[in-house]
Amino acid sequence: MAVNLEAGWREASIAGTIFEAGNSIEYITGTWRTLRPVYDAEACTHCMICWVYCPDSTILVENSKVIGFDYDHCKGCGICAVECPVKVKAHAYTGQPGKVIQMVEETSFE
Amino acid sequence: MPKSKIRALDGAHAVAEAMRQINPDVVAAYPITPQTAIVQTFSNFVADGLVDTEFVAVESEHAAMSTCIGASTAGGRVMTATASAGLALMWEVVYVAASLHLPIVMPVVNRALSAPLNIHCDHSDSMGTRDAGWIQLYSENPQEAYDNVIQAVRIAERLLLPVMVMQDGFITGHGVERVDVLDDGTVKGFIGEYKPEHSLLDVDNPATYGAWDMYDFYFEHKRQQTDALCKALPAIVEVGEEYGELTGRKYGIFEAYGMDDAEMAIVVLSSSAGTARMVVRGLREKGVKIGLFKPRVFRPFPAKEFAEALADVKAVGVLDRSIVFGAMDGLGPGPLYLELCAALFAAGNTTTRVADYVFGLGGRDIIPAYVEQVAQDLAEIAETGEVKTPVSYLGLRE
Repeated sequence: MAVNLEAGWREASIAGTIFEAGNSIEYITGTWRTLRPVYDAEACTHCMICWVYCPDSTILVENSKVIGFDYDHCKGCGICAVECPVKVKAHAYTGQPGKVIQMVEETSFE
Repeated sequence: MPKSKIRALDGAHAVAEAMRQINPDVVAAYPITPQTAIVQTFSNFVADGLVDTEFVAVESEHAAMSTCIGASTAGGRVMTATASAGLALMWEVVYVAASLHLPIVMPVVNRALSAPLNIHCDHSDSMGTRDAGWIQLYSENPQEAYDNVIQAVRIAERLLLPVMVMQDGFITGHGVERVDVLDDGTVKGFIGEYKPEHSLLDVDNPATYGAWDMYDFYFEHKRQQTDALCKALPAIVEVGEEYGELTGRKYGIFEAYGMDDAEMAIVVLSSSAGTARMVVRGLREKGVKIGLFKPRVFRPFPAKEFAEALADVKAVGVLDRSIVFGAMDGLGPGPLYLELCAALFAAGNTTTRVADYVFGLGGRDIIPAYVEQVAQDLAEIAETGEVKTPVSYLGLRE
């Protein structure tokens, strides 16, 4: 049951108590982001270090492979980019030398 | 009338006795003068196996209230007790208890706040928390402290709001008086069983308490708190009446003594009402039309009821045992005065004149002569309709 965002004070749950487990996924926190992590899929070794370190569980994994980021919930903290152990000479997206995961200004995306 | 026993108890022991009879699921408390006798006596009851309570000896009052909040969200009947700096240290979580609508009951043995260091009575501790969202009941003597704590359980659980029950440090807390103690079964029957609607320990129905709450809902949740407090006065009266039917000691939201045809009134909380009542009785015998008005409930402030009760009074002298520093150009009247003035103004009363008398800070005695002085001032105010000194200080050395 999704939270009714239009609920008046009489309908709202008392003291904001949440009676549904795991509903934080409904809360979009990706809009807080000013820097977006972008990874180089070709160079990625799928070591899962970023998956371990991400504090918001936003590293998307399928069949033991990193397939991207949950940008609805990634707050752009940059921990993945710092912890990423794999270096590239030229990142597939940014063209810059550095890590497989690099942080890009959010405003540069449409 | 149910079985009861007359005992010689001070206010702190009377409250400890009430707590033994309430037999809460959890008590988390830290000892602090002059509340110590409550916690010490109650922990003896725990050690002696006289209660089933899980007693948590915490490292601070902040931890005491935090533990109470956890235990209360888990569905327990929960109590603590504190005073002065202890209540001040609790500050953050005092608000949380009210905001989460948790029916925690907390006896407070009023004591001054530092600095300088002082262990004696004034009301600056509990008055400091008057905006925290708790219900506040003030007790004149050990009997009222005992009765109020028992009623507080019912009031809290009915309204889902926490309740503080005040008594004056040392004066009431350590002053032995005659207390009619109900038998255990009567108290048990009166408070009944607490059945929480939700519980943190109900693993089949998981819930998150006190979660993230932004500008999209926080405002609505604050309005829910004001709504709960708006419903409090009728509930307090109903519980007080039921308690009266059971024990012969009926409780309302205030006590009026000699107020029927009074042209002047003295308004005062807690133990000092005893001193004021004696002076009023003496003046009444001389034909002076003066009465005593003793609020029992300060939160929620019974504005309509008080304004109505004082509507025909010409001059009111409020005795305040704490200062709202900075209020009224810095004159520092007390909270009782400010709330009462607001209540009279909101009721459209432009005839009742009110003067404030700050007294008894840090345990300074209030003696009958001070109250007589107030009565003399009130006679002049009633006659002239003028309040020359809005805020004065009783018993202060000039």
